[in-house]
Amino acid sequence: MISFILRRLGVLIPTFLGITVLVFALIHLIPGDPVEAMSGERGMEPARYAALMTEFGLDRPLPVQYIDYVFKAAKGDLGNSIVTQEPVLREFLDRFPATFELSLCAMLFAVCLGIPAGVIAALKRNTPIDYGVMGVSLTGYSMPIFWWALLLILFFSVHLGWTPVSGRLAIEFDPARVTGLMLIDSILSGEEGAFLSAVSHLILPTIALGTIPLATLARMTRSAMLEVLGEDYVRAARARGLSPLRVVVRHALRNALIPVITVIGLQVGTLLAGAILTETIFSWPGIGKWMVEAIHRRDYPVVQGGILLSATLVIVVNLLVDVLYGVINPRIRHAR
Amino acid sequence: MALLDIKNLSVHFGADERPMRAVDGLDLSIEAGEVVGIVGESGSGKSVTSLALMGLIDAPGRVFADSLTFDGRDLLKMPARERRAMLGRDIAMIFQDPGTTLNPCYTVGDHLVETLAVHEGGSRRALRARALELLQQVEIPDPQSRLAAYPHQLSGGMSQRVMIALAIACNPRLLIADEPTTALDVTVQAQVLDLLLRLQRERGMALMLITHDLGVVAQTAQRVVVMYAGQVMETGSVPAIFKEPQHPYTAALMSALPENNAGRERLQTIPGVVPGAFDRPVGCLLAPRCTFANARCQSEHPALEHTPAGAVRCFYPLVKS
Repeated sequence: MISFILRRLGVLIPTFLGITVLVFALIHLIPGDPVEAMSGERGMEPARYAALMTEFGLDRPLPVQYIDYVFKAAKGDLGNSIVTQEPVLREFLDRFPATFELSLCAMLFAVCLGIPAGVIAALKRNTPIDYGVMGVSLTGYSMPIFWWALLLILFFSVHLGWTPVSGRLAIEFDPARVTGLMLIDSILSGEEGAFLSAVSHLILPTIALGTIPLATLARMTRSAMLEVLGEDYVRAARARGLSPLRVVVRHALRNALIPVITVIGLQVGTLLAGAILTETIFSWPGIGKWMVEAIHRRDYPVVQGGILLSATLVIVVNLLVDVLYGVINPRIRHAR
Repeated sequence: MALLDIKNLSVHFGADERPMRAVDGLDLSIEAGEVVGIVGESGSGKSVTSLALMGLIDAPGRVFADSLTFDGRDLLKMPARERRAMLGRDIAMIFQDPGTTLNPCYTVGDHLVETLAVHEGGSRRALRARALELLQQVEIPDPQSRLAAYPHQLSGGMSQRVMIALAIACNPRLLIADEPTTALDVTVQAQVLDLLLRLQRERGMALMLITHDLGVVAQTAQRVVVMYAGQVMETGSVPAIFKEPQHPYTAALMSALPENNAGRERLQTIPGVVPGAFDRPVGCLLAPRCTFANARCQSEHPALEHTPAGAVRCFYPLVKS
């Protein structure tokens, strides 16, 4: 097990190198540079421009900049934001809890609804219930997040007025930052109504972000369940007189979850990508919104650092999923 | 009164207008403590009969019967919950492929404890002790450590022993064994069969042994039922039928046995295959494959006629009674 984890961690190094090359190349392919972006429409004297470019080290040849970046990154220094002059890592850590909170809620939403929906669709195969669940999930899967989010806002926030339009908390509350997770901080602050406000701000972004994973999980669970329900051991379990609930949950679902867990891990990447859109639309102060703004400002260190850290996150989560896989699947545990 | 009495059981699959009759008007009764062999080729409806009896035929399959009486109670007329409670407790079943009938996520002990807990209950410690005892009864070496073993760590023979332990856990009065040795190595087939018969004798339970091996039936069963295309072709006591088979199909099955083909280059076979949904004959189901079939066999369907030895479904039984 230890050697397996070490092996997987070893793969991280080439993956990181690949990501940095890609990000570095892509960001420099975008026309413009940070200095130009900062100067705005009025423009800037060429001499001042050149001086700033030298100051940020952007006048050096690209390969030199790249190698410099990689060596610093290897030492844990992701550089400073060109715009705010703050260290990238700190800015990331400041904003990450907001994204984490949103992503976690979206994933819980997807898991808590998607898995039961998939199980029910599988049990009611080829009935209107099955067609309904699968139809809705296909629709959800095909829905562009930005459009879906706008529809949700229009209906629930603007038309019905049930939820706030954007942000993490109503303006009158100002809980002290303890964990960075608003749901927890709002309770700790003791301010009356703060928690409910945090919850109501979370609902729509959670739905917008969780819809695609929800649809994916429902479809995945359904097909995994259908496969497992046809297995001999499910029939044998029924032949021992076990109740249908026990057969479905303990014998079928337990086995069907093995592939579903893998998909949950893969969905973390989808979540982070979706978070960029969702956070932008809901003015959610997380890393998605932070990175979109950085791209507009050509804030190279922030974009590079942000993507590198997000990629690390995805890799680590998938590593955890693989470890978990061994825990729930005895065949793999013993094969290692 | 018989322990199990099946009257006019039919199981249909596929379209209503033209169903595939997997089992077609089957009558079968088994006495307490009796060993009955059910033989027939693949597709003759042996396994479907047992699954129908267990209530394990799922839609779109359809089960019809006049009655399915076990121990004086009609299984078809009792609530689903009560019928389910009998499964694993009064009627137990073991399947053909032991490698796939144990849940890969749970240990041998988990399986046994779960079954015992559902039907009998008791403290976890007591259930574990019972589980260990059951593994000893099915002669699994080193039973204590096997309790913690996962199915993929067991050999085929070992898995089938675990399945047998699961089946006998609650002292069933009827054990259905659906080709219990077919998927096993030849060397362990005899051991598993011996184990089954020893347990059957010791516990006085009835055994419905489904097999396509007439040799196994000759060694073990008191009575045999020969099935073909979902119908009973012939039934009777094992000595009588093995001495003088009345149905041409039974006779053909026997002449295909290797021990009846000593000195021949090739084994005798029955040409053709069991009819499916679309080529079901109008007359005797065996007519297309029977060497004795005539015009009457092609056009009329014979009924199951009682004989001194049992019953036979043929217009021209081989032995005149």
